[in-house]
Amino acid sequence: MASTQAIFPTAVAACLDAAGHPQGKLPDFARDRGTLVAMYSDMVRTRTFDAKAIALQRTGRLGTYASCLGQEAIGVGVAHAMRGDDVLLPAFRDHGAQLVRGVTLEEMFLFWGGDERGNDFAGPRRDFPVCIPVASQLPQAAGVALAMVHKGEPGVAVALAGDGATSKGDFYEALNIVGAWHLPAVFVINNNQWAISMHRSHQTACDTLAQKAVAAGLPGERIDGNDVIAVRDAVRRALAHARAGKGGTLIECLSYRLGDHTTADDASRYREDEDVRPHWKAEPLVRLRSHLTKAHGWSKDEEDALLRGCQSQVNTAAERYLAMTPEPPRAMLDSLFATLPEDLLPAARELDDG
Amino acid sequence: MAEMTMIEAIRTALARALEDDDDVIVMGEDVAIDGGVFRATDGLVQRFGAARVRDTPLSETAIAGVAIGAAAHGLRPVAEIQFMGFLYPAIDQLANHAARLRNRTRGRLGCPMVLRAPFGGGIKAPEHHSESTEAMLAHIPGLRVVIPSAPAKAYGLLLAAIRDPDPVVFLEPKRLYRSVSEDVADDGAALALDTAFVLREGSDVTLVTWGAMVTETLQAATSLAAEGLSAEVIDLGTLKPYDRAAIRASVARTGRCVIVHEAPLTAGFGAEIAADLAEHRLTSLLAPIRRVAGYDTVMPYLRLEAHYMPSTARILDAVRSVMEFA
Ligand SMILES: Cc1ncc(C[n+]2csc(CCOP(=O)(O)OP(=O)(O)O)c2C)c(N)n1
Ligand SMILES: [Mg+2]
Repeated sequence: MASTQAIFPTAVAACLDAAGHPQGKLPDFARDRGTLVAMYSDMVRTRTFDAKAIALQRTGRLGTYASCLGQEAIGVGVAHAMRGDDVLLPAFRDHGAQLVRGVTLEEMFLFWGGDERGNDFAGPRRDFPVCIPVASQLPQAAGVALAMVHKGEPGVAVALAGDGATSKGDFYEALNIVGAWHLPAVFVINNNQWAISMHRSHQTACDTLAQKAVAAGLPGERIDGNDVIAVRDAVRRALAHARAGKGGTLIECLSYRLGDHTTADDASRYREDEDVRPHWKAEPLVRLRSHLTKAHGWSKDEEDALLRGCQSQVNTAAERYLAMTPEPPRAMLDSLFATLPEDLLPAARELDDG
Repeated sequence: MAEMTMIEAIRTALARALEDDDDVIVMGEDVAIDGGVFRATDGLVQRFGAARVRDTPLSETAIAGVAIGAAAHGLRPVAEIQFMGFLYPAIDQLANHAARLRNRTRGRLGCPMVLRAPFGGGIKAPEHHSESTEAMLAHIPGLRVVIPSAPAKAYGLLLAAIRDPDPVVFLEPKRLYRSVSEDVADDGAALALDTAFVLREGSDVTLVTWGAMVTETLQAATSLAAEGLSAEVIDLGTLKPYDRAAIRASVARTGRCVIVHEAPLTAGFGAEIAADLAEHRLTSLLAPIRRVAGYDTVMPYLRLEAHYMPSTARILDAVRSVMEFA
């Protein structure tokens, strides 16, 4: 059988190699120390949040949680490329993107702790909440993009999804309509090689996930998803393309899920530690830190201060989350409709009476 | 006032909504140049342009998902699913997103969309074109299910659905699209949602129905009147949330209730109404509640279709049995 590799390019764009050495000339933004430090800080903040979330879950103080360990560069890179008037539609592993967009740590703890108020973001009011049904956020991104076009807004809808999501009909339907209607929507795939226990190699016979864009008449790109500079650069270009009225892009970011699927998962049932170990060498934080250290004199003191700062922010947010009392029970009805239908009044009274 | 069929009333309401509000868009398969397979959107693309009256790819998940995304970002999309039998791929989007978005964001993002779909049998359509699965949709919290039973109601309820800040599934009984016409005023006035219509007042028995079965139910009421029996006919209009109060009040007076629907009997919406009356009006009831419904089978092809559809005769049998009970 002919390999699709012969037809579609499989090259992976990267700016830094795993050791943090620049691969050719870096994009303009990546020559600015402040910009790199901001992205690095956001990745560290994301990882600190991640560790705390797992710790809280393990001690019964948070619900089931999906760790993004090793994939921080994708969310952070995506959100750093976005503008305030863009709209993010995240999946359930995109904590970095949400944090950079301005969702607070406390809101994120609330969401994963089982409190809907965590989706009532004070910051990015138009961003969508986490999407659990895999790939179903993608057609909605096309809808947001349609509304932007209709209203003459300059924004772009940016949706994140996993490698498993690319097997869903929603994914194809969404890509297709973005192509057919030339909508300003960018789909970023976190190809972390796993969909729970299903390895990427069994998910599809396609050599790449990016090539799936071809069927929709869209450009598809492959990026080293552990390279935050490459992610940001690819998304930046895709956003500019969309803003120029040229339509959507599919970006496949190659990464690796270093942790379990969620806190309810035990990855040792389907993969060996030896499979995972090499991927620790390519993870995104080490890479950018090496580059910062070598090229921008990032110091031990700065690193320590950053870690301490993130730890204290995350701990403070966690304490606030834990101290928050749950909503009154009737909150489960209050936002179901804009106005509570009369039909629901008896239920509301019952909940009020406890 | 102009005499209109239901399809004309729907088209008139869509045009009115497009005219009144720039955020309203119409989308679906073949809705633009073709005017929709039933012509509900005929002429709209010529009047309002291809940006607002959009032919979608053949893509039901995308139709629903795009409508949700657009609604959450400020539009009021009116999306069409060509036939209810092809709505299933959209149910994921409806149940998991449209119905939940406001609740799960605690009001931050709303979903003011309408999903229109022709439904029901009786027009000798091909397989998969005649089902009535409204109960499935009515079971989804957060979703409104609205079903008109006549042209003026279609006009007023569709305008109400489009203006409503929450998602509405608007199911159009296609048997009624062209079978009746009545005067409809294109005055932009919406009808109240969640409110039943008393189509005929009566004192001996309450007949509850919706959609196309209003026809047979009213025929039955007319026959009963000739026999000296006074039947009250209630058209639900909105299935979810439904007007329990109207039904309870009527049954409190009549003491008897027959529920008529085209959808299969078991777990049909009639079961909900019967249960509500059993819980709240048991002491008013003079006879068991009866349901006249489709059989618990796959919708037959057109040659047997008429045997499936609840007939006036079946409704009359049920009414007589509750009248004879005591
Ligand atoms: C439609 C749907 N099917 C199944 C699930 C259960 N589930 C949750 S995550 C997941 C795997 C997703 O894999 P991928 O898209 O690669 O994302 P990742 O978890 O790796 O981030 C599955 C099967 C779901 N949430 N949604
Ligand atoms: Mg995956």
